Amino acid sequence: MTSSSSSGATTDVWPALERHLASVAKPARYIGLEDGAPSSSRAPGKAGWLLCYPDTYEIGLPNQGLQILREILNERDDAFAERGYAVWTDLEAVMRREKIPFFSIETHAPAASFDVIAFNLSAELVYTNVLNCVDLAGVPVRTADRADDDPLVIIGGHCTYNPEPIADFVDVVVLGDGEEVVGEMTEVIAEWKREGKTPGSRENVLRALARIEGIYVPSLYDVAYDGEFLAEVTPRYADVPERVEKRTVADLAEWPYPKQQLVPLTEVVHDRLNVEVFRGCTRGCRFCQAGMITRPVRERPADQVRTMIDEGLQRTGYDEVTLTSLSTADFSGIEQTVSDVMNLDTGCGEPGTQPPITLGLPSLRVDAFTVGLANKIQNARRTGLTFAPEAGTWRMRQVINKLIREEDLYGAVGSAYSQGWRRMKLYFLTGLPTETDEDTLGIAELAKNCVELGKEHHKNPSVTVSVGGFVPKPFTPFQWFGQNTEEELRRKINLLRDATRKVHGVNLKWHDSRASVIEGLLSRGDRRLGRVIELVWQRGGTFQEWSEHFSIDLWLDAMAECGLDPDWYIHRHRTEHEVLPWDHLSAGLHKDFLWMDWTDALAEVGLPDCRWTPCYDCGACTGYSIEHIVASATPPAGGSQGTGVDLTQGHTVPVELTPRKVGAQ
Amino acid sequence: MTPPQKERIRIRFSKFGRIRFTSHRDLARVWERSLRRTRLPVSYSEGFSPRPRLRFGLALATSHESCGEYLDVDLVPGTDVDVDTLGGLVDPTLPPGMRVQGVTNVAPGSPSLQESVSSCSWLVEVPDLGPARASEYIEQALAARELPVTRTRKGKEVTDDIRPSLFSLRIAEPDECPPAAQWQPAGVLLRAELATQPRACRPAELLAAFDGAPQEGRVVRLHQWTTVDGDRREPLEVHVTPESGQHLVETLAPPATTHATARAS
Repeated sequence: MTSSSSSGATTDVWPALERHLASVAKPARYIGLEDGAPSSSRAPGKAGWLLCYPDTYEIGLPNQGLQILREILNERDDAFAERGYAVWTDLEAVMRREKIPFFSIETHAPAASFDVIAFNLSAELVYTNVLNCVDLAGVPVRTADRADDDPLVIIGGHCTYNPEPIADFVDVVVLGDGEEVVGEMTEVIAEWKREGKTPGSRENVLRALARIEGIYVPSLYDVAYDGEFLAEVTPRYADVPERVEKRTVADLAEWPYPKQQLVPLTEVVHDRLNVEVFRGCTRGCRFCQAGMITRPVRERPADQVRTMIDEGLQRTGYDEVTLTSLSTADFSGIEQTVSDVMNLDTGCGEPGTQPPITLGLPSLRVDAFTVGLANKIQNARRTGLTFAPEAGTWRMRQVINKLIREEDLYGAVGSAYSQGWRRMKLYFLTGLPTETDEDTLGIAELAKNCVELGKEHHKNPSVTVSVGGFVPKPFTPFQWFGQNTEEELRRKINLLRDATRKVHGVNLKWHDSRASVIEGLLSRGDRRLGRVIELVWQRGGTFQEWSEHFSIDLWLDAMAECGLDPDWYIHRHRTEHEVLPWDHLSAGLHKDFLWMDWTDALAEVGLPDCRWTPCYDCGACTGYSIEHIVASATPPAGGSQGTGVDLTQGHTVPVELTPRKVGAQ
Repeated sequence: MTPPQKERIRIRFSKFGRIRFTSHRDLARVWERSLRRTRLPVSYSEGFSPRPRLRFGLALATSHESCGEYLDVDLVPGTDVDVDTLGGLVDPTLPPGMRVQGVTNVAPGSPSLQESVSSCSWLVEVPDLGPARASEYIEQALAARELPVTRTRKGKEVTDDIRPSLFSLRIAEPDECPPAAQWQPAGVLLRAELATQPRACRPAELLAAFDGAPQEGRVVRLHQWTTVDGDRREPLEVHVTPESGQHLVETLAPPATTHATARAS
């Protein structure tokens, strides 16, 4: 199929699609019509963005990043934005048979009629879906094969901190917060469009985009190897940066988006109002990529949060709101905000006894303060409360810098049981650096003790233990760690199964360790994996996030065919001076800070939260001349986590690192 | 002391176009949000997880359209709702393709929609069928003593006789298609009245009884019927107000159809 972007007029695929929707599963995910989605502001000359989530509508619709960018772009005079989601395999078969291209769900315009097809990547296993969407759009999957007037394929989101495995398939990579950079990109793209996308213009527009801070254009870099090791990644032109810095929005108060959160007509995950209360996290959990790459902490003013909740609930008709962030109990205005939400007038039900708003507080700390907060949410069904101690022993928790003492956990759990909760859910990781069987079994021990605590208050208390296999991620102190093998992860899970099998009240759940292995392959891989991804996609390996579609054999066979060693990529410890595939990118964190934090981890030394302790010069603030924006100068009440209490002695804060401008070599 | 009687209103609404691909379950959520946005004082259930007291009539299959859907809403006792203007307040909160056609008060103690509806009138597009063959099928079906249809229920094959469920069947004129449907029928358009008791007979089951079991195209539920003292009646006769979508209902007022309630024996 051919692009018709120059005219701005397109023939929509709806009439062709409609005939088949009655015969596919959950057709409502292809109709659009969400409340909050305006009719398209498509017009000739405007840069058209198709913002895609490379998984199903139910998973992708709630994505706040895409919703924020959709609004910002549609507010501009020179851009319009619509959305696309991966179609399920039944509809894909119909589309390939009937030659219906990938489409936007607002106007059902063919994807190739947009100037940009952009993807949010929040998980590695969706990479093959990106290729599938691009192919369904009728656009060549490899950048090298694209014509001048083909849409630009752009990616953003957390996976872009190591985009090398999919570098062959994407024209442009955006690092960091998208609010500002999409406007700068639009200006370049709109001009390219006005000038008619003439022969040879694609390279020019890519060069122009590469000059924008936060933009990485993989095709403008040469990659050199030294045997199996990466030697260097170097720009091919002088005006292309040697190192690409992420973008950071300094003040969330200036970006009260989404203003019109989309309300889907069919059931999706997180189907409720979501209000982001802060971005970034300085708890410093060493396994957590999100906490590392989104620094510094930037809080939204509490009164803006209240306004967004109040207006959002009235506009959408939702009776549930979640305050999103990486650690919501740390929000300075949390207690007042919770009280305010509980007292909102919803206009429903009997006066005085109207059903209150359901308030969700994700990612809570493990302490009594948190339980007190949960207790304030009066309508909370007292059935379950979730905590994430992440590791079973204090030693292990010092290694990963999740500084929760056993007293904190038992205090929180005991307090929750005494106030009416009956079921606890505890999240743990296994396969962590330096983990011994004693550490693994500590998980079972904690769970057993929690059940015992529960028996003081209830007849049949239960603790669900959810265990995930640890996958090391770029730009974390654990980026040098060789991931546990699938066999080792399975052995550890079996240890826990044996230890909990006969314990009444403890239910063990675990993730598929085979999926963790492939996630590990892609998270720290290099460009040589491009062919592997392409082969897996060609052999039908889409929707790899879905257990019914995931196939480890597809991946291992493709690796073998490409002569690549999975062990070398996944299970090998990296050394200090090895060139990592993401060294030419920057999340603001100094590599030597991360290395020092890695050696601290191995020495079992914890590092308190820098919001309330001196700066460690990780680079996230200083490099961008911005600071943490926190309304309260004092640490939140309760708990030792991150407050500097009870840390082991002997740790030296690496303040001797010479401050330097990030990006300087 | 008896608890105060709950006030109840009944809303009749239509569902046309793209929105027809939402499920019955999806619609329940759409309505909950819509009524909250309208700030209608809906009564909520007790307990840890209070839910608004809404009751829907017979489920409409995903991808079927309708100009006769119903919803009963329990209100907070003592609530005074102007049923004539409520539709105008609710409509802007509904997704495109859904419209309130009428609202009425329901007398306390009235039977639920689910149990009072006895049959539905349908328009069924059959793209692969010509009028001549269709007439033959109709004649045969109405003359038959039995119309056995086999379907899969909980993994087992079950054969039902749907002849008692077939109240009437004829070829419809294309202009019987409601304007809101915005589509032109291909093949032949059938109009059928099918029983909903003891279980709802679906248009696809009627087609399955035809030779070759032709596939249904688009399907519109025109009416749901109750029988009150021997009279066939809609659960909500729509008021004659232009803004309530009345033109729809007028177009669809049941003509004197060839009823085939008596067996052709």
